[in-house]
Amino acid sequence: MAACIEAHGLRKAYGATTALDGIDLRVEEGRILGLIGPNGAGKTTALKAILGLTPCQGELKVLGRNPWTERDRLMRDASFIADVAVLPSWMRVSQLLDYVAGVHPRFDRPKAEGFLLKTTIRRRSKVKELSKGMVTQLHLALIMAIDARLLVLDEPTLGLDLLYRKQFYDSLLGDYFDGSRTIVLATHQVEEIEHVLTDVLFIDRGRPVLALSMEDLESRYLEARVHPDQAPAARALQPMHERQVFGRSVLLFDGVDREQLAELGEVRTPSIADLFVAVMAAQAGPAAEAGR
Amino acid sequence: MNIRSNELSGTLETPKTATAAPPATRPLYWSVRRELWENRSIYVAPSAVAVLFLFGFLISLIHLPARMRAAMALEPLRQHASIVQPYNFAVLAIMATTFLVGVLYCLDALSGERRDRSILFWKSLPVSDRTTVLAKASIVLVVIPLLTFVIVVAVQLVMLVLSSMVLLGSGLSAATLWTQVSPFQTSLMLLYHLFMVHVLWYAPIYGWLLLVSAWARRAAFLWASLPLLAIGMVEKLAFNTTHFAALLAYRVSGGAEAALSTARGFPLDPMTTHLTPAAFLSNPGLWVGLAIAAAFLAAAVRLRRNRG
Repeated sequence: MAACIEAHGLRKAYGATTALDGIDLRVEEGRILGLIGPNGAGKTTALKAILGLTPCQGELKVLGRNPWTERDRLMRDASFIADVAVLPSWMRVSQLLDYVAGVHPRFDRPKAEGFLLKTTIRRRSKVKELSKGMVTQLHLALIMAIDARLLVLDEPTLGLDLLYRKQFYDSLLGDYFDGSRTIVLATHQVEEIEHVLTDVLFIDRGRPVLALSMEDLESRYLEARVHPDQAPAARALQPMHERQVFGRSVLLFDGVDREQLAELGEVRTPSIADLFVAVMAAQAGPAAEAGR
Repeated sequence: MNIRSNELSGTLETPKTATAAPPATRPLYWSVRRELWENRSIYVAPSAVAVLFLFGFLISLIHLPARMRAAMALEPLRQHASIVQPYNFAVLAIMATTFLVGVLYCLDALSGERRDRSILFWKSLPVSDRTTVLAKASIVLVVIPLLTFVIVVAVQLVMLVLSSMVLLGSGLSAATLWTQVSPFQTSLMLLYHLFMVHVLWYAPIYGWLLLVSAWARRAAFLWASLPLLAIGMVEKLAFNTTHFAALLAYRVSGGAEAALSTARGFPLDPMTTHLTPAAFLSNPGLWVGLAIAAAFLAAAVRLRRNRG
């Protein structure tokens, strides 16, 4: 598999704040990578850097190109939806279609119009007259009609209600993703997309904390739900993290044998959200964790 | 690797052949059209001024026969000045409007897209920063001058036709009017003036405004004007000289002086003005100005590329 994105030591500072502090990243074609981190972790900066939208230090190759010097060429093969509604508010839907068709060699206008027919968006409307959900639908219709190899999404469903969010990911995965495209997305709503991710990257304060594929996640991490009387035995196996749910202890383990845990309680693969919380807690204070 | 086709599942589309060339795109053309969609004031403002002007002119036509009779009694030069006065006024009003529109357009051209963050959308499309800046520059260097020309010519023709009808209606000849105004020569002169002065000579002014627009986060007008004022004042205080102010004044008025020689009267009046293209093209100020304009635009491209 060829690398779609290859980054080494990406660094960027805004004044005294370090947004990226040495990000290494390799994403192969056909993967769906989830970029997960707390607010201000550098997700948006990392995504923008990948597309050449913000200059930073380090080595970077995306689809074989240097995004900082060849952004316009790269954008023939890459699409981007940013974390805020960035479609120009003064533009009419028909003008947007005309413009994108006029500048993008891989834009399939009938296809975009087909997507729009399934919505209530009218061609004469201006972007500012549309609701937030409709603007996202419109942007998605444009993006899905572009035959790109890489799609970068930064909190694409931020501020949308559950119905729109579900619709967004359903169309994205049902109609767009075909196994050969690469998708990189940052989102807080991990639960809604975790079944589609092939890889995750946790970042915190501009640094990668954990990078692994979903197969690795499943084989490495286990979550055991145990009765209080079994808890000391479980703790002896050195869990990464422990929380209490309905009077039971839920412990998260890294590299512990499944059979061994099964004797203590109910075992399952942790959700990305739970793993994220555990990893972040471990980051914040390994000493405090050990002392418990 | 691409086993499934990229088409929507369920639709029967013929699969695209791998060798099919991508459809031709015209990023510069569409970028210019985009600017006109967004900034309708580029053509609305001068058109509105033109309509307003024609309305005023229409009312003044009541006095036209009397004015013509009075003008006939004057000596040739004053007669000419009296007849062409409203036509010169039309040129001035429309040219001043489009100049102002151009200045305001430039100041907003590269800062507005950052203010509303739509730059993230524009930059997600395969249009280079150079194409974008060139499209914006060509609005003030190509579109607005051409528009000025078309509107002025149209307004003057309407004025001439209306005046002729009034004159003929009151039993006077319209021949003097047409020979004095000489619309064909006037419009050629206007075209020459627009290209030499408003495009070539003013290019560094527009370049500077676009550069400030690419740099300033807000208050682009202040950033464009205050530093120039400050340099002039510092120079005056420190050395008691006014070279910088003179340089700026020369940039504003020197172009017309070099491109046209006029003894008196309106500079765009073919009766009183001579074209001096040789003097204009051999003026070092022109070429230095064009080089500075190119440098400003190149800097604007760099700024747009590197502003996250």
